[in-house]
Amino acid sequence: MAKTILSVDDSASMRQMVKLTLAAAGYDVIEACDGNQGLATARGRAVDMVLTDLNMPGMDGVSLIRELRKLPTYTGIPIILLTTESDAIRKQEAKSAGATGWITKPFQPEQLVSVAKKVIGQ
Amino acid sequence: MNISDPKDVFRQEAQDLLAQLEAVLLDLEHRPDDIELIDSAFRALHTIKGSGSMFGFEAVAAFTHHVETAFDRVRKGSVAPSRDLIAVALQAQDHMRSLIDNQEAADTRTGDAILTALQRVFDAPEAVSPAAAPTPQEATWRIRMRLPADVMANGTNPLLLLDELRGLGTATITALTDDIPPLAEINPTECYLGWDVVLSTSQPKSAIEDVFIFVRDEMSLEIERLDVCDPVPRIGEILTDLQYASKDAVDAGLAQQKPLGEILVKAGEVSPDKLASALAEQQHLQRENVAQKASTHATIRVPAERLDELMDRVGELVIAQSRLRQITKSGVDPQATSVAEEIERLVLELRDTTMGIRMVPIGSLFGRFRRVVHDLSRDLGKHVALTMEGEETELDKTVIEQLNDPLVHLIRNAIDHGIEDPDVRAAAGKPSEGRILLAARHAGTEVLITVRDDGRGLNRERIRARAVERGLLPAGTEIPDNELFQVLFQPGFSTAEKVTSLSGRGVGMDVVKRTVEALRSKIDIASPPSGGTSVTLRLPLTLAIIDGLLVRIGNGRYVLPLGTVEECVELTAAADAQSRGRSFLNIRGELVPFMRLRELFACKTPPDEFQKVVIVSSGDLKVGLVVDQVIGDHQTVIKSLSKLHSDIAMFSGATILGDGTVAMILDVPHLVEYGQVREERLKAVG
Amino acid sequence: MSTQNHEGSIEVLTLDLDGHTFALPAACVHEILDLVAVTEVPGANPFVGGLINVRGRVVPFADLRHKFGMPVKPQTIDTRIVVIEVDIDGDATMVGLLADKVHEVTEIAATAVEEAPRIGLTWRREYIDCIGKLGDDFVVVLDITAIFSSTRRVRDGGGETGGRAAA
Repeated sequence: MAKTILSVDDSASMRQMVKLTLAAAGYDVIEACDGNQGLATARGRAVDMVLTDLNMPGMDGVSLIRELRKLPTYTGIPIILLTTESDAIRKQEAKSAGATGWITKPFQPEQLVSVAKKVIGQ
Repeated sequence: MNISDPKDVFRQEAQDLLAQLEAVLLDLEHRPDDIELIDSAFRALHTIKGSGSMFGFEAVAAFTHHVETAFDRVRKGSVAPSRDLIAVALQAQDHMRSLIDNQEAADTRTGDAILTALQRVFDAPEAVSPAAAPTPQEATWRIRMRLPADVMANGTNPLLLLDELRGLGTATITALTDDIPPLAEINPTECYLGWDVVLSTSQPKSAIEDVFIFVRDEMSLEIERLDVCDPVPRIGEILTDLQYASKDAVDAGLAQQKPLGEILVKAGEVSPDKLASALAEQQHLQRENVAQKASTHATIRVPAERLDELMDRVGELVIAQSRLRQITKSGVDPQATSVAEEIERLVLELRDTTMGIRMVPIGSLFGRFRRVVHDLSRDLGKHVALTMEGEETELDKTVIEQLNDPLVHLIRNAIDHGIEDPDVRAAAGKPSEGRILLAARHAGTEVLITVRDDGRGLNRERIRARAVERGLLPAGTEIPDNELFQVLFQPGFSTAEKVTSLSGRGVGMDVVKRTVEALRSKIDIASPPSGGTSVTLRLPLTLAIIDGLLVRIGNGRYVLPLGTVEECVELTAAADAQSRGRSFLNIRGELVPFMRLRELFACKTPPDEFQKVVIVSSGDLKVGLVVDQVIGDHQTVIKSLSKLHSDIAMFSGATILGDGTVAMILDVPHLVEYGQVREERLKAVG
Repeated sequence: MSTQNHEGSIEVLTLDLDGHTFALPAACVHEILDLVAVTEVPGANPFVGGLINVRGRVVPFADLRHKFGMPVKPQTIDTRIVVIEVDIDGDATMVGLLADKVHEVTEIAATAVEEAPRIGLTWRREYIDCIGKLGDDFVVVLDITAIFSSTRRVRDGGGETGGRAAA
């Protein structure tokens, strides 16, 4: 069974790129366009991994991570942060909120796949 | 064996070097920055030049000199190993080969043309090769990882981290359970385990650190390089080095004449897990030691005929030994008997070893196809990447030799007919580079060799139409793909629209089929709607060593391939009596038809009192074979039958037993098919 | 097997089968063995009904007595296996031939079949390569290739057994 990844990003082109890349690597991808929608989607169904942008209108990435970690079903689910800044403080903030790892934009599609493989396997 | 002519030795050596050079050049095409490859190309050329002039191969030496000079410049970084350079170098390599075979006959104009081409490559403005990083050597690392307790809650799966480490090389992993609290206090989302890993890898240390990239800040991670030395460190040294035990405790323990680990554990100086970790490290180092030694004295070369001679001598020895046993059996000196038994054991071991020597990994054959693919794709203007799997699969050398031509044909077909031109592929949304997979694997009693491409696939309708037109298939019949595609093997059958120099003339596929059938093999062709074509040769383990089950029927002994044997059961008197009319057994509720091999073989001796049924399977079908006695396991080399017996479908070959007599090997897929058909016939009769 | 040389002489191995002396061209003979264990091949033509181990090779064992309609008598102290190489439908194949007794390798003057009326029609003409003269006696030089050719194998392949049913 293919693993399901929830991609949360306000940029449609980014979501498109994430979906194409991960789908080609054999993962199922579902999408949400901001933190609130992402949280709602996550509440509705279990996924194997969450990939979220940091800066989004409404609920931002760090808050989304914090909320997800409060859900019993999301304990232990890998959450990967997509960030444009390699700024250590924001990264640390996300980590203390419960992020599993991060990818710095811009990134090569292969990097995204290798991170997914790293945290949820093939 | 007489003393060899030094010229022959040079020829032999040069052939090896040229083969090595070819492989290096092909690799270099994909990894132009690999300085190791450039070096080994240079070294090979240098040796050929040097030995060539020494043994009177002047033309070879003179020609190679120019190529060597070119590679010296590549090595010094003043020229990059471009695709053009590699193509010329491959031609040069071919020319050297023909010069070595016969230097008088070789055309000097060819050599001159190659050297001119080489010069042209060098004159072309070319970017200077970037300073290539030296290829790292394999190293062994000790990795001690302790993850933070909340690591799992935050989405990191420690097992995946361990898998990733395993993926880097050879890893020995020990889990440390010392910190696990009593059951009542365990929080299932927390991580209490630590791991000690010993990893041998050619990847740099940074690759190991990258595994832990997301958790690096929160965890404790120590990565130290270990020396693989001989002898390996003692357990006490490892324990103190790991700081799992104090020097004093180790010394105190060593003073007692007992295994150190045991003492330290008993004294509470070290936990069992920590001792296990130190032991694992010691064993890992030991294995690396052995591996390093093995790779330094890898192989010696032996002419194939000498192996055949050895096999024949061993065969004679086995017979002589069986006579010796007959003599000692009839009761001579007990001392002579015991020596005879010792000799028997040695002879059988010698036989097994000798048979094993003949087994060759198929990779030696696969390696040749890289050049075929390279040249063909160049000639046809297609981009093709060849990937290989299962190169380590072993087959008898004679089988491997006979597979060369059919596989070359299949690969040619795949490139010529299968893989589309780059623009066609681009238009179809495929990557412009076509892929060909060459894979070998064991499956039960067969070795499967697959040639698969991601090209346009087979055109069912065209093949069907052509088959009908040629009267090979009645119009309007629906048959499964695999059967339909078999018509491709008919002599002269071709649907290619244009005839190229390589294929489309309708010659070849029938030759493939003939060769493969001579090896008692089958060919499956599939062309899934998702695209591509895959051709699979299903080789029985003919000539390969297999494990067999030795059974007796009447006075004759027969071998069943162990891979086909499901189980052995008694033929109960009730089943025996009842089965006079119908012939099936109830095996745990499943009705399995059975056959009396005694009847099939027209055996005249009376049956044993307690007959056995060996349940064998082929695919999903099972059938029981009634035998007089199950003797036991027997490792065997299958010898094919001559034309005098090859039409007897019940047997797939013969083998020589330990006492030198011949035993027939039963063709289980055939017997199963026969048994099933017969069962259906019986059912139909009532 | 074109060993016929009516004017000249040929080198042959002479052997006995059921009291008759036959000759084989020496060129096709590999070696002569004492009788070894013969493994029966169920379903095979009785003429080639067994297999033997010759120096680690599995070699078919042929009993010409079946081919020539001779009675099959038990082996004696003189029984031997003559290992020959014969072309069977394009494959050079080793075959072990049973002989009641093996005499010698000798030169004989060869004559055409037609010139040897005394031999009459006891053996099928197509199995005979030529007739040789050994002292005062005639000796039949066998055409090994003809004996093992597949068409004949089928034509006079009597004695098919039940095993064939599975073929």
